[in-house]
Amino acid sequence: MHRILTGGIVVLAALFAAGCEKKTSTQTETPATGTTGQTGVQTTGTTGSAGTEGSAGTAGTAGAPATGDVILLGEVGSLTGAQATFGISTRNGVELALNEANAEGGVKGHKLAVRVYDDQSKPEEAANAATRLITQDHVKIIIGEVASTNSIAMAHKAQPAKVPMITPSSTNEGVTAIGDYIFRVCFIDPFQGFVMAKFSRDHLKSTRAAVLRDTRSDYSMGLSEVFTRKFTEMGGKIVATEAYAQGDTDFRSQLTAIRSAKPEAIYVPGYYNDVGIIARQARELGIKVPLLGGDGWESEKLWELGGSAVVGSYFSNHYSPEDPSPRVQNFIAAYKKAYGGVPDSLAALAYDAARVGIEAMRRAPSLETSAIRDAIAQTKDFPGVAGTITLDEKRNAIKPAVVVQVGDTSSKYVATITP
Amino acid sequence: MSDLVQHLINGIATGTIYALVALGYTMVYGVLKLINFAHGDVMMVGVYFGYATAFQLGRAARTTLWGVLLIFLVAMAACALLGFIIERFAYRPLRDKPRLTALITAIGISFALSYGFQLDFGPLPGAAPRAFPEVIRPTEWLVLGDRDVVVWNWQVISLLIAAALMFILQYLVYRTRFGRAMRAVSFDHRVAGLMGIPTDRVIAITFMLGSALAAGAGLLYAIKDTAVQPLMGLYVGLKAFVAAVVGGIGQVPGAMVGALLLGLIEEFVVGYTASSWREAVAFGVLIVVLLVKPEGLFGRVAAEKV
Repeated sequence: MHRILTGGIVVLAALFAAGCEKKTSTQTETPATGTTGQTGVQTTGTTGSAGTEGSAGTAGTAGAPATGDVILLGEVGSLTGAQATFGISTRNGVELALNEANAEGGVKGHKLAVRVYDDQSKPEEAANAATRLITQDHVKIIIGEVASTNSIAMAHKAQPAKVPMITPSSTNEGVTAIGDYIFRVCFIDPFQGFVMAKFSRDHLKSTRAAVLRDTRSDYSMGLSEVFTRKFTEMGGKIVATEAYAQGDTDFRSQLTAIRSAKPEAIYVPGYYNDVGIIARQARELGIKVPLLGGDGWESEKLWELGGSAVVGSYFSNHYSPEDPSPRVQNFIAAYKKAYGGVPDSLAALAYDAARVGIEAMRRAPSLETSAIRDAIAQTKDFPGVAGTITLDEKRNAIKPAVVVQVGDTSSKYVATITP
Repeated sequence: MSDLVQHLINGIATGTIYALVALGYTMVYGVLKLINFAHGDVMMVGVYFGYATAFQLGRAARTTLWGVLLIFLVAMAACALLGFIIERFAYRPLRDKPRLTALITAIGISFALSYGFQLDFGPLPGAAPRAFPEVIRPTEWLVLGDRDVVVWNWQVISLLIAAALMFILQYLVYRTRFGRAMRAVSFDHRVAGLMGIPTDRVIAITFMLGSALAAGAGLLYAIKDTAVQPLMGLYVGLKAFVAAVVGGIGQVPGAMVGALLLGLIEEFVVGYTASSWREAVAFGVLIVVLLVKPEGLFGRVAAEKV
């Protein structure tokens, strides 16, 4: 009996192991190169990855890492794990910016290279990777991460070591509050709430709005709080506030209550996986008004889960590939040529973050990290693809947001809202 | 008024799903005095197999009557097999061990299933939330006023399927030879064994029935709420367990009434008070019921159980 049981467990364990192995092996193929270290941290860089993705071709001149006249930058991202697409987009954006800078002759006569570590979407790995970049690779600037939790873990390493860190897309207010070496090139959470309040008052002309928020998410609570305050200040009325918890799948009771309050728009600042289902059930109950949301909506899964129900709703985002300005269109063309797809906001923000760093190094009197920090802090009216960037005294970017409308297969640019 | 009706419809739809899952808990508890915490995850596995079958069938075939029947059959058969394997290799060796051992094993199996299915196996959906394909093309069955009350065809179909499954179960337990064996095992499985009842087989079949029922419930749940992901079973399982306890665990009618009650309470708490109070009130009711009537609404002390 016991032998059968143990046998079963062994078989099961072997099955799971095989499954894991298969998964990691397919994922290591996605980054340009993967030399898996003993710690499980994966390194890849434009330095040694020439050829694999075409783009790296121009980086062929980048030379050997960390020695001689190459300026080394560090990047930490989730190349594997739950948010793998975030890390890959970010890495592509950084690489593109570096290749362009190298083509223009680099910084102060030096070529640039980037060292990328995978944090497997985990904060503790992100902190380890940051330590490694600081103590082992002696990078000048660290770029990363996407998720605020991971960025905070990294910032606690970068700040005491006095290495400037720029997060491309962490919107939580707490990230840059860690210290004067931590910067960001995206707007912060409260701003998104303001953007949608203004949009619904000015563009949709709505006077009655309802809020449906996720009580388990700081992001959702923060956005809805600002939305409620601003919408009321602008003369609107919040007619219903309902709550759900991440992972719920039945929102009909909340939506029925919202329906009876007769709002003209419903603010749902959640993540795409909940929003898709909420939209579906709202339409099922006969609610026809548009839903409004934040950048947590941006995912292809929104369409898979929401189907036609999400079409026609609006959300605030960092940038839209449909923005007609030449700055954006040139970036998209270059990105498409290198990686063969339309860049998402994360790629655009990473590109901006790297360029802000490069530009600061060009302006800085020396390549000491303290001098680079001061130069980054002085960034003003920088023409980023995801909006013009001016850093305030809290090292946050003051920049406009775009509002996009969900279309049949992609999002359509609607408006730009400035602070 | 129309909102009241709509809330009533929503609540019954939720309660029906809880009821089907709760029946599985109640049956297994009845025969083994074991709270099978893996039950919700067995439901998830059923949904996964239903999802895979629906995709193999393709868009046209899966919306036909035979397609839907096939999806249900495959999912229920897969879960019956899974239930058999779990009982044979995880619970049976522990049957004469302290009850706590089996309980911890159940929790272990629950985690093994909900995290094991995060991996990608062939056409199964994997870790990311997926939309369950439309197997019943949604059409409005009843619309009152200016869409004040909307009842969809799948809500009616779900209710009918759930009611049918419950009647079949009730008949099976109280009107058949096998049901009598089940009740005997539930009463005292050692004595039942001495009387010539093949207890092992009866228990295995009970597990398979409960698991198949979970698969059916899971599919109705997926049709209703669309999202499919590996942790979906934990939450529904917990709610159904509460429903089974409120109704009197071990009692078939108790599970149904308890589940409908829980679904309606949740719905009306959200509809008429603050929505974040839903869980607090639902579990508060559980505590009150257990204080006043510890054996549950339908439970009788030392009653003949199933």
